[in-house]
This record gives sequence, structure tokens and C-alpha cells, in this order.
Amino acid sequence: MSLHETAAVTGVGETVYQRGATRPSTALQLEAALTAIADAGLTPREIDGIIPIGITGAPAEELATNLGVEELRFSALTPMGGASSIAAIQCAAAAIAAGLCNHVLIAAGRNVSAGAKAGTRIHQMPQFHLITEFELPLGSVAPAQLYAPMARRHMELYGTTSAQLGEIATTIRAHALLNDNAVMKKPMTLADHQASRMIADPFRLLDCSLETDGGAAFVISGAGPARDMRQPRVLVSGIAEGHPDSPSAITQRPDMTRLGIVRAAPRAFGMAGVTPADIQVAEIYDCFTWVVLCQLEDMGFCAKGEGGAFVEGGRLRLGGKLPVNTHGGLLSQAHMLGLNHVVELVRQLRGQGGRAQVQGAELGLCTGFGDMGDGAMAIMRRG
Amino acid sequence: MAQNQSARPLPHASDLTRPYWEGAAQGKLLIQQCGQCGKLRHYPRYICDNCHSFETVWKESSGRGRVHSWMVAHHAYHPAFAGELPYTLVTVELEEGVRALGRYAVPTGEGLRLDLPVRLRLETVAEGVALPLFEPRED
Repeated sequence: MSLHETAAVTGVGETVYQRGATRPSTALQLEAALTAIADAGLTPREIDGIIPIGITGAPAEELATNLGVEELRFSALTPMGGASSIAAIQCAAAAIAAGLCNHVLIAAGRNVSAGAKAGTRIHQMPQFHLITEFELPLGSVAPAQLYAPMARRHMELYGTTSAQLGEIATTIRAHALLNDNAVMKKPMTLADHQASRMIADPFRLLDCSLETDGGAAFVISGAGPARDMRQPRVLVSGIAEGHPDSPSAITQRPDMTRLGIVRAAPRAFGMAGVTPADIQVAEIYDCFTWVVLCQLEDMGFCAKGEGGAFVEGGRLRLGGKLPVNTHGGLLSQAHMLGLNHVVELVRQLRGQGGRAQVQGAELGLCTGFGDMGDGAMAIMRRG
Repeated sequence: MAQNQSARPLPHASDLTRPYWEGAAQGKLLIQQCGQCGKLRHYPRYICDNCHSFETVWKESSGRGRVHSWMVAHHAYHPAFAGELPYTLVTVELEEGVRALGRYAVPTGEGLRLDLPVRLRLETVAEGVALPLFEPRED
């Protein structure tokens, strides 16, 4: 069997995104969950599957207890960092198709202002233990430092420039300015990007995503029931996860300029029966600018090494051929582990994209990237 | 993480990795080799991904290699490294065919390029703890 259009995203919800939130991550996670469940036209009692995302929120049992879930029939974890939320859609769709449950809640909450920063959090994750032992003592502490060598090698091999990375940053900032729930409110020019201080060369400050607080959630239901639910139906047409060679350490990876999504993309496009040329809007995981460029190559929007030229000329802007991160992404809306990318894609395909609406958007994709190269992608269609 | 938040993070050796760290402290970069099929692997693992044998021997690297990529840190994500900025980490393809990450002898990374020939030295950073440091060498 195939998961092609067996499941739909039936509800989405977000809290206000901000810095310095005063409420704990679990409260933010629950608020987003309640919003998503109401958006789907369900009551919390009807949720019978839960996949919590990230290491900062509450586990499934605690969410079920708070929500008063009548019977939790399915719970799982998809520990793939920023690829977790889309891997969770695959997991939920498989569970629903197998008849294990009906409505799966996928939810995350983060209050990182009050807690550990990224450079500490990743070393709390068991999949990073080799990095913690062999690379942290050298001074490779945070994701920016771990991923910089991938971007550097890409630049040396293919001539990719910092200005091309800046094109991604400024495009996504321009989109954030259309979103009232984006943390970043000021315009960014290419000159601003080029003048921003170096963090982990080749990454400048404005190549790096935000550290923000908030909650986001969505509900996955069967495609059949979704037809009669509250919102326009958004079907999961193609979905896949992919892992790079040497998933535990970028240092040892045979080709560090290819991410796990290179494995997922042919399966997801194949399942959906579409090609990159058919995609009208793309919400691409953007922990760093270069990660967007590399995923575009790995998904087949352009050849390996051509990503720099591909992102130039306004192609990724609203009104361009492939609008990317219409919500402002992790770079300029908020770091919500990519759940905000799923929420935004669903809104776009429902026609609820507000000032950033891509006119006539019926088919789009969202991606996740995490844990040093894991990838996942979902192709969705209104229908 | 260390109790003292400003102390340099040091490796916590396990039974799997202790020979590596003991070798490093003696100035040697030891790489795991499968005792059955001879395949080299780094970082240390329990079994060979080729023949799945648990048998392991340790082989000393020549320390010679070429630059595969690099990163220049200008921001400290841990207070222990704040006083060392900028510093450069190089990913090095060792002659033996595995890669090692190490500090680069030139902190700004000046002069780095892909395939630059480098040589390893083990630098003692704490009592009994030595980490890889690479410096340029003649080809």
C-alpha cells in the first residue's frame, strides 16, 4: 500500500511567537494544541494519537492528561531534530492507514529564553553523543559550527557566495514583514546581511535562525473523514524521510554537501506523482540560509552546485517562480522546529495565507532538516 | 555538561573510546580497525559496518592528510572558548581514508583551501587530555 492521499492535515494552531515568554513550554504547547484541535472542528477528547515534537515540551502522556483525551490509542516519537515534525506526519499517516487511530495531534512548545540555548540542547540528545565526545571539546559547540563546514565545502567546490546566501535571508525577511506573527519586524537589505557579524564562517548572524518561544501544533486525520471536517481539505500527497550516509557525524560523511532529503525527495515526489516543476509554494526548513539552498538542490529543483544561481533574481520571492517560506521561516518568523512551516503550507493551500498568499496555490511542499542531516518532506494538495 | 559552566568541555571516555583517548594522551591518533576484515572506521563504533564483527584493533594514523573543509569561529557558544576567538576547526581527510576534526594551527584560518596538505599534532588541553591540531605541511 501507499500513503498517497490517505491522510490530511485537518487543523493547525500557533501561539504568539516572541522572545522572553513568561509561560512554560508545556503551556505554550497546550495552547497551540487546543487551537489546532478547534481549527479542525474536533474536541480534545476526540484526539486518539499524539506525537510530541522536540525535547522542550511535554511527553504524550502529559498532553493526553491535560487535554482529557478519552482514549489514547497511539503515541510515538520521531527524534530527528528539525525533521521530526514532518517525519511525524509520515508516522501519523501510517498509523491512521493501519487503523490504529483516527486523529493524531503533533505539537511542540518551546521556551528557550528561559532555558538552555541550542549549543547546550543538542548535547542533551543521545544521537549527538559522538559529537559531544569528539567535537565539542574542540569548540564545535552549536549547530552553526557543526554545519558551517558543509556550506564552506559547497562554496569552495561550486563557487557559492555569501551574497547568494544573503538573497535567501532577505527574501525570507521580506515575507516575514507580511506576517503579523513574525518576530522580526524590520526590513533587511543585502547590505545589512553582508554587514552582519561573522558567527561561524561562512555563516553570518543573518544566516542563522532565531531563538524564540512559542507553541505550534497540527492534527492529522484520515482523508475520508477530513472531507467533512471544518476546514478545506489539505491532503498529504507524498511523504518521506531520508537519512544521510554517516548520520551520526558530518565530519565522516562521504559527501557533506548532500543532506538526507536527497533520499526522501524521489520517494515523496514519486508518491505524489508530481515533479519539482509542479510545486507552487515551498516552506523549506531554514535553520541556516545555506540549508535552504542545499535542500533545493537535493530535492531536484536544480542540479548539485547550481543552488547559488537558482536562488538569485527573486525566484524565491512572492511573485517569483517558487515562493519560499512565505511566513518568514525560522530565519525571520520564529524557530518553531519547522512546525510553523507545516502550518503555513496548510494555510497557503486553504487560501488563508493573508498578505503572503500565493495566488491559486493548490500544490506545495514543506521540508524538515535536523540532527546533522536527517531530512523529511511532505507534498500537499488542496482537494 | 560540566558542573562548572565556564570550564572547557572535556571528553568523557567510555569503554568503547578509552583506547582512543589514551593514545591521544601519548601523542598518537588511533583509529579503529576491524579485526576480521580490516576496514578502518572513525569515530569509534561497536561493530564493523562491513562484516559486523565485534573484533577491533587500533591502528596509529600517520597524521598526514588533506583539508576537506573548515569553519572559523567568531562567536563563542560556550564561555570556555570566548578567550580563544577566532579559532578554526579543520575537517581533514587522513591518508588512511577516514576523517578527523581538529584545531587549525592558524586561528584565523588564513591560507586554507581544499586539499591543503596538513600534518597532525596532539595538543594537551588538560591533564591527560589531548586533542587533534593540524598544521600545514609540504606536499
